[in-house]
Amino acid sequence: MATVSRDDVVSLADAPARPMNMIEAINDALDIMLERDPDVIVMGEDVGYFGGVFRATASLQEKYGKTRVFDTPISENGIIGAAVGMGAYGLRPVPEIQFADYIYPGLDQLISEAARLRYRSAGEFIAPMTVRSPFGGGIFGGQTHSQSPEAIFTHVAGLKTVVPSTPHDAKGLLIAAIEDNDPVIFFEPKRIYNGPFDGYYDKPTKPWKDHPDARVPEGYYSIPLGKARTVREGHAMTVLTYGTMVHVAEAVCREKGVDAEILDLRTLLPLDIEAVENSVEKTGRCLVIHEATRTSGFGAELAAQVQERCFYHLEAPVERVTGFDTPYPHSLEWAYFPGPIRIGEAIDKLLGA
Amino acid sequence: MAKAASSNSNKSRTPAKPTDSEPSAAGAGDFALHSLQDALEKDPRYKASQEELLGFYEQMLLIRRFEERAGQLYGLGLIGGFCHLYIGQEAVAVGLQSGLEEGKDSVITGYRDHGHMLAYGIDPNIIMAELTGRQAGISKGKGGSMHMFSTEHAFYGGHGIVGAQVSLGGGLAFAHKYRDDGGLCLAYFGDGAANQGQVYETFNMASLWQLPIVFVVENNQYAMGTSVKRSSAETEFYRRGAAFRIPGLRVNGMDVLEVHQAGRIAAEHVRSGKGPVLMELSTYRYRGHSMSDPAKYRTREEVQDMREHNDPIERAKAELLEMGVAEDKLKDIDKAIRARVAEAADFAETSPEPEPSELYTDVLVESY
Ligand SMILES: Cc1ncc(C[n+]2csc(CCOP(=O)(O)OP(=O)(O)O)c2C)c(N)n1
Ligand SMILES: [Mg+2]
Repeated sequence: MATVSRDDVVSLADAPARPMNMIEAINDALDIMLERDPDVIVMGEDVGYFGGVFRATASLQEKYGKTRVFDTPISENGIIGAAVGMGAYGLRPVPEIQFADYIYPGLDQLISEAARLRYRSAGEFIAPMTVRSPFGGGIFGGQTHSQSPEAIFTHVAGLKTVVPSTPHDAKGLLIAAIEDNDPVIFFEPKRIYNGPFDGYYDKPTKPWKDHPDARVPEGYYSIPLGKARTVREGHAMTVLTYGTMVHVAEAVCREKGVDAEILDLRTLLPLDIEAVENSVEKTGRCLVIHEATRTSGFGAELAAQVQERCFYHLEAPVERVTGFDTPYPHSLEWAYFPGPIRIGEAIDKLLGA
Repeated sequence: MAKAASSNSNKSRTPAKPTDSEPSAAGAGDFALHSLQDALEKDPRYKASQEELLGFYEQMLLIRRFEERAGQLYGLGLIGGFCHLYIGQEAVAVGLQSGLEEGKDSVITGYRDHGHMLAYGIDPNIIMAELTGRQAGISKGKGGSMHMFSTEHAFYGGHGIVGAQVSLGGGLAFAHKYRDDGGLCLAYFGDGAANQGQVYETFNMASLWQLPIVFVVENNQYAMGTSVKRSSAETEFYRRGAAFRIPGLRVNGMDVLEVHQAGRIAAEHVRSGKGPVLMELSTYRYRGHSMSDPAKYRTREEVQDMREHNDPIERAKAELLEMGVAEDKLKDIDKAIRARVAEAADFAETSPEPEPSELYTDVLVESY
């Protein structure tokens, strides 16, 4: 399993492409899958008539009708439970949970039903559903609109967890998730819906349109789950990250002139451990960055696997830059957010070691 | 009985009732479920003295002016994130909480909480400073608009997760009963929140254990962009307790005197140990769901119509004038309230932000 670069995945190098932001790319993926597969169903709070609070499902109800794209009551447990049943019967539901912070009322159905159906029926019944949900901070959302709960899901055997970081990947990964026969949690970093926010919050965020990864091929393509993307090659250290922090890490490395290799994991589970291993063996140093709180965060898993597999190649302890172990605050967002300053310090420490 | 429960007598005063269908015939044993509604319909408006109505008017106006100011501060970027205004719904919080004993009866609500706090007399300065995320805010700037609390006033928050406060309200009511302190819990939630499963788990427990709780659905006709009709099989929320043997009350939430009267009826029932009551207050929010709301789900005319013909503050004002209160007196009240709100805004703008070390306090009992 080698790291696959953008152009390998898609045999669409020549396919016409156009710039999109993340929302447009996600909307495009849903549109394509609704078109291709009559079993695909899109549902959630305000997703139909209104087109979603972030507009990810805009126009889909008009195009595919109310039986396939519809509003639900504010009943997350019911929404996810219904999706499990639909999936078991053979449909391919794509429920939206409006913010990742509201996925918790549906956690029981996700953990006890969706994740376990295949195992306990010895493969007879499955839950091929994709739960889309905006997640992450940086939008002044406070504790109920900012959380990054990915590690809760990677901890549950029987779920897949995906986090795209570019419009190009968002489309291809979402299509793969919908086609996948397992339940997939698809977390969309909402801070980068409209532009690749790089952590320098006092400067305006550039829109996606000039970013190379905003060029989204038209039509159907998928990016396999479980393949990391090399954002940039380098020799001084490996940076393992995903979501918004890909862009923050990139900006900091550029700013500091560090020859770091940055891997965008894209799928946390299944994890592209080979790509991780190859890179760390090459660089000998590893920095893990995520927004989520530190203790039992996904970075802990990464650090453990890196030391298990690359111990004799490591020239320094694995470093982590993460959110603090506190609820997400209303004020002091930029003190809380693991931004350029904290990442810069970790890089210095790692290089000095 | 069925007839009385669904009486349309107050229909014209009740905003945007989506249906006027009759309920199915209720059995004879259902008398108790309708008795409160009957009582309200017999005598639907509280007979307030001039002084009392002036008090309600002042409180409603304080909420409105406070919210208008909060909206401005948001526009100026002084308030960030999510901020849900209560404009249009003032009669609900004021009419109900004026019948409670502040500090003894507990109140709990969702994220649209500024009005409920002001109705309980909580200092506007520290509410506004919470919105702007300052150290002097009621939650030291850590909670924000949606998460504010006051033990002193028995105000149990301010909760961002839709519907979660209803279950907590069940627990508060249990505690009132356990301590035998004579208090009751008023648990507010929205028409959208009414579709959360845990609400019904709580209805069942509250009725089973005869807890002193008044469930209040503030039916402002929309949950974000979703109208009641598009989300709810039973749009007459006051009936949703029937399956749990909880009596319902359908109230015009745009008339502070009807709200107050209904609140008294509900509180009396609950205080006499007969278990929970479910009230549905038909109301309307004039502003967007939160500050970022393109408002594509309703027409301008609908909002305008409600403002012009059903405004709770205008209604109270007209009544006060009729009672012989001088127009100048009302103007002075407005002036004083504007000054009070301006002071709160100044306070909220000039108070310092919390120290970064504050991030790590109040996570667990020990610091770590
Ligand atoms: C569990 C949960 N799901 C979704 C949301 C997002 N959300 C916030 S408010 C809201 C609408 C609630 O409407 P309603 O209960 O009618 O209250 P209103 O805003 O009208 O006062 C939604 C869907 C949330 N906060 N919590
Ligand atoms: Mg509502």
